[in-house]
Amino acid sequence: MTMPTEIPAGDPASPSADDSRLWLERLGASGPRRDAAIVELHALLLKAARFEIDRRRASLPHLRGDDWEDLAHESAADALSALLAKLGDFRGEARFTTWAYKFALLEASVKTRRRGWQGREIPIADDAWARLADTSVTAGAHVEDTELMEALRQEMTGTLTKRQREVLVAVTLNDVPIDVLAERLETTRGALYKTLHDARRKLRIALAERGFRIDGTREEAS
Amino acid sequence: MSDSEQGETRERETVLTRLLGPSGDVLGCEECFIELDRYVELDVASLDPDRHVPGMRAHLEGCPACAEDFQSLKALLESEPRRP
Ligand SMILES: [Zn+2]
Repeated sequence: MTMPTEIPAGDPASPSADDSRLWLERLGASGPRRDAAIVELHALLLKAARFEIDRRRASLPHLRGDDWEDLAHESAADALSALLAKLGDFRGEARFTTWAYKFALLEASVKTRRRGWQGREIPIADDAWARLADTSVTAGAHVEDTELMEALRQEMTGTLTKRQREVLVAVTLNDVPIDVLAERLETTRGALYKTLHDARRKLRIALAERGFRIDGTREEAS
Repeated sequence: MSDSEQGETRERETVLTRLLGPSGDVLGCEECFIELDRYVELDVASLDPDRHVPGMRAHLEGCPACAEDFQSLKALLESEPRRP
């Protein structure tokens, strides 16, 4: 999807054009000029990977200092390969450095999430789902709520495939990161998100057909 | 409504929001990644990112992993000194 960029002159995001052109020119060169650019780029990616890993340190208390540094270096190296393979996709709509950072952040976040779930069983069974059914019959619940939750429960069983239900429950109720689940199910994040998206669409349509106004409820929740 | 009833209602609404996701989520994770750098720069500069990248906000609301990546890139840019 390509939308026109309308960054006004004088905007803090715009004086990057020359920088970005220089990066592309150096990375497209050969010999020492390119080598120097690669070294600089790797340093940039390593900085971003360390930044991401620092943010996630609390989620992995058992890792040692060396492990963190290894994770940062692996992330930077993988990000560099991914970025160089996609260099032709850079459209100059953001700074080159911002564009580069996202590759390192993605590698680092995926690796950290996977490390955090290493050896853990993925809660893919319908546990959270059973609790959801329970809350709908709690005393004091409004009749409308109870009806909606019961309808949702029925549609999740009746309308969704087993796979759709498992992915939906794991990611949305059991907080399994989508890329961790993708690795376990030997698929991609994009493919799993599509499964999730299709499941949600089916539920929305089914509930709307039963006369429930979903987005009213959703607005109140946010 | 009592506090505990309000709490239960909130819990159900959260479950509902999580399960059903936002309406109008038309982007996938790949498109989200492609647009992420531009979206975050516009966001950091308060330049109405949602007008420039329609559908992005809905995806970030519906996809916890992309939402984390968005927060990280935003935090990284904000941690750097502004360029002249
Ligand atoms: Zn996503």
